[in-house]
Amino acid sequence: MTKQQWPLWEVFVRSKAGLSHKHAGSVHAADAKMALENARDLYTRRGEGTSLWVVPADAIVASAPEDKGALFDPADDKVYRHPTFYKIPDDVGHM
Amino acid sequence: MKDALSGPDPREAAFQATVDSEGKIEPKDWMPEAYRKTLIRQISQHAHSEIIGMQPEGNWIGRAPTLRRKVALVAKVQDEAGHGLYLYSAAETLGASRDDMVDALIDGRAKYSTIFNYPTLTWADIGTIGWLVDGAAIINQVALCRTSYGPYARAMVRICKEESFHQRQGYEILVDLCQGTAEQKRMAQESLNRWWWPALMMFGPSDDNSPNSAQSMAWKIKRLSNDELRQRFVDQSVPQAEYLGLTIPDPDLKWNAERGHYDFGEVPWDEFMEVLKGNGPCNRQRMEARRKARDDGAWVREAALAHAAKRAARAEKSAA
Repeated sequence: MTKQQWPLWEVFVRSKAGLSHKHAGSVHAADAKMALENARDLYTRRGEGTSLWVVPADAIVASAPEDKGALFDPADDKVYRHPTFYKIPDDVGHM
Repeated sequence: MKDALSGPDPREAAFQATVDSEGKIEPKDWMPEAYRKTLIRQISQHAHSEIIGMQPEGNWIGRAPTLRRKVALVAKVQDEAGHGLYLYSAAETLGASRDDMVDALIDGRAKYSTIFNYPTLTWADIGTIGWLVDGAAIINQVALCRTSYGPYARAMVRICKEESFHQRQGYEILVDLCQGTAEQKRMAQESLNRWWWPALMMFGPSDDNSPNSAQSMAWKIKRLSNDELRQRFVDQSVPQAEYLGLTIPDPDLKWNAERGHYDFGEVPWDEFMEVLKGNGPCNRQRMEARRKARDDGAWVREAALAHAAKRAARAEKSAA
């Protein structure tokens, strides 16, 4: 029995123009074309999407959970990054 | 890599804190090895159930009585293949390989739902499976939408949306049969008689006989106990049977106003254990069909890989 498995592809679906692609799941397929076909059959059967991306799973590099602090620190000391840091005279109205 | 000198693993406490605060565990998060193993077992067996579950219904695709019923059944079986794939994907995020999981199924090391070891003898069984079997699955899976492992929970959300179509198409079949000729109605009743108890068994052994439950509840893999889910299913199904004018084959079934639930008879656990051990009516047939599909399809999978490799090489050459 052959143990050769079709590679794993991650699937991203964009539901309509203007929105971004969202991770939907994964499929196994021999090549990119088959991955697209399988992803279409599997993840867009009920009008869920207008665009599909498939990416070989081993091409994805993920951040490590233990880096959470260092990588995603919201830097609360950098309040000047937020619009509310800046004072605009009331008379100017909504900005 | 637990340091024996430092006492309990601090990662374990952090893990449990995430679980306790209803946070989700994600693939790259640290998790206890037993949590990972339990989940691989549960999710892969859930996936196997979807795949094996295509057989009893697939049995009637060629014999569906109308084109409307046939297209619905084909769509349903296609959904089940999809559910299997979502679930295998979720299990793969835990480091399991799909090949290994499928091997475990075929070697008999992994199980699948006992319900799919019962035969579909009449067209009414397709209605009953949709109504009761998918109905039981929905109750199980709605609870699992809040399970602590993120990829499993997300697969469940997607699956639950599709299961509702399954259950409704099944119930509609039975409504038609029960409003049809006396012979059709008899067929529906006979089908309910055969599937009722096996459907109740889908929730697993009773709580006092379910050794893994306590840990699974503590880890919030499981959100409700087997008996709680089973009770919910009975309470939901009785009025639906009444609407159909069918009788549930349980002389002990009775509304209990004090509890606000239906009391029901003892599930035939001996039968459940036999089916679980591989001695149900269709265990051998189901496994044989799955094994044959894997073995007979091997050359097709190899051909696809060889073709993909050839095309990749050709593309590389023309790019150079």
